[in-house]
Amino acid sequence: MKRKKRGKLILEILGVILALIWLSPFYLMIVNSFKTKREMFEDTLKLPDVFTFDNYVVAFERLDFLKTFFNSLLITVLAVAVIIVFSSMAAYALSRRGGKTSGIIFMLFVAAMLIPFQSVMIPLVSIFGKLEMLNRGGLIFMYLGFGASLSIFLYHGTLSGIPKSLDEAATIDGANRFQIFWHIIFPMLKPVSVTVAILNIIWIWNDYLLPSLVINQQGMETIPLKMFFFFGEYTKQWHLALAGLTIAIIPVIIIYFFLQKQIIKGVSEGSVK
Amino acid sequence: MRNRNLWYWLFLAPALLALAVVVILPLAFGVYYSFTDWNGIRTPSFVGLEHYKALFAEKEFRDALWFTTKFTVVSVFLINFFGLSLALLVTQKMKTSHLLRTIFFMPNLIGGLILGFIWQFIFIKVFASIGELIGVEALQGWLSTPATGFWAMAILMSWQMAGYIMVIYISFLEGVPQELLEAAEIDGANSFQRFYHVTFPLVMPAFTVSLFLTLSNSFKLYDQNLSLTGGGPYNSTQMVAMEIFKTAFVENAMAFAQAKAVIFFLIVAAISLTQVYINKKREVEM
Repeated sequence: MKRKKRGKLILEILGVILALIWLSPFYLMIVNSFKTKREMFEDTLKLPDVFTFDNYVVAFERLDFLKTFFNSLLITVLAVAVIIVFSSMAAYALSRRGGKTSGIIFMLFVAAMLIPFQSVMIPLVSIFGKLEMLNRGGLIFMYLGFGASLSIFLYHGTLSGIPKSLDEAATIDGANRFQIFWHIIFPMLKPVSVTVAILNIIWIWNDYLLPSLVINQQGMETIPLKMFFFFGEYTKQWHLALAGLTIAIIPVIIIYFFLQKQIIKGVSEGSVK
Repeated sequence: MRNRNLWYWLFLAPALLALAVVVILPLAFGVYYSFTDWNGIRTPSFVGLEHYKALFAEKEFRDALWFTTKFTVVSVFLINFFGLSLALLVTQKMKTSHLLRTIFFMPNLIGGLILGFIWQFIFIKVFASIGELIGVEALQGWLSTPATGFWAMAILMSWQMAGYIMVIYISFLEGVPQELLEAAEIDGANSFQRFYHVTFPLVMPAFTVSLFLTLSNSFKLYDQNLSLTGGGPYNSTQMVAMEIFKTAFVENAMAFAQAKAVIFFLIVAAISLTQVYINKKREVEM
């Protein structure tokens, strides 16, 4: 019994050491973001003599952070809403009518998950350029196109477990398909919707390449886009670059702090299925 | 009858239209363009297999393909090793289990671009400071040689994705019935035997999932590559995704880049189809 206890203690210590190693990049980023340029030059391992917020003031302003944050928020919220609404509707249609056509369309959505972004990127930009859709509306539509597959797949799995007799009973009561879906079925899909939302939020919030090709205009940049330019400008000024990076990840860490259980559960469900 | 079909197509239309315009059409056009001299503007005319012959002869593409393959093999191994180890650690009944999971998973919420920038600082500045402190010259200039650049990428990727893979292993490990492990313990199995004979066979499916997830994620990597090394020094750490991007949007060789993109697609699809095949086979066996 004693040996077992000691073994557990060793594991606990090992865990803590590993956790500290895992956190060390964040720790070093934050500590150094409070240093002056000179102090950074001298040594990156020690704590700053005086914590200065000057870097943050400059970085916040150069990143135009409130606006950039709002741009990211706008794109993410709209794209995820569009994905949830249209993927759940499509999955509902496919699972309720069944048949050969539905089988083929479902396979088409699933097969599209095999296609890496780089293999469609060039014609995509060209087509949307010709349609004059290289703007936020076009970007949200693209997110639906790329995000629908996994989301439909997840919704479809749950929908096949909801008995059709529910729909039939509602039909007898005189409800049409839209009413049945939105009033009866969609509320039952809430757990999947949470998973779908989490997976798509993480992806879209952090996405760099697609927005860099589609909305590369001043004033519309999302956080990753703005960060890319900001970092390029300040490579030799680490104290500013680090303050900028810290600002960029603070919102994510705060949300993670509150929703960690749901987030980890959502991600594991999304990848295991 | 028509009316009964109408709702079906209305429900499907938005998602299906988006898939068609955003994925299927560009893929079809892309395959077609790869056999032409398309440059984004003029009407394309056929050049046959010219691009495909040229791309395998091009040093840059071959280097990128080779680097990507090496990187993928090493990071798949590292990520799964760390992912499984962390999962085994945090599924022990410890007070800190939950906190540890939260910490190990954290990097996955932050975009690859930002993670790459953070690690650029670690490899350039912090490694240099550590090197000075302990007097090791080898820690200077980690992103300026091909070999250390390779390991820098592998370290970043393992650090980021181990927590993600850990989550997948945990979901399988927690499905192992406790009674089974207790029974084995009563029968005198030590902890290694319990793992090897009871846990291991039951988490086998997790290996397939994790293996292929890390395989395709590592192979398709772009953001981290861009922000950590930018492909440098001298394109020695440039991966396929970045090479395609450069060919298309820096060198403006659209059709040539598209031919590379088609090859890229075939490789990624082959990886994923192998996984589907293995899963199907196992389902039949079970």
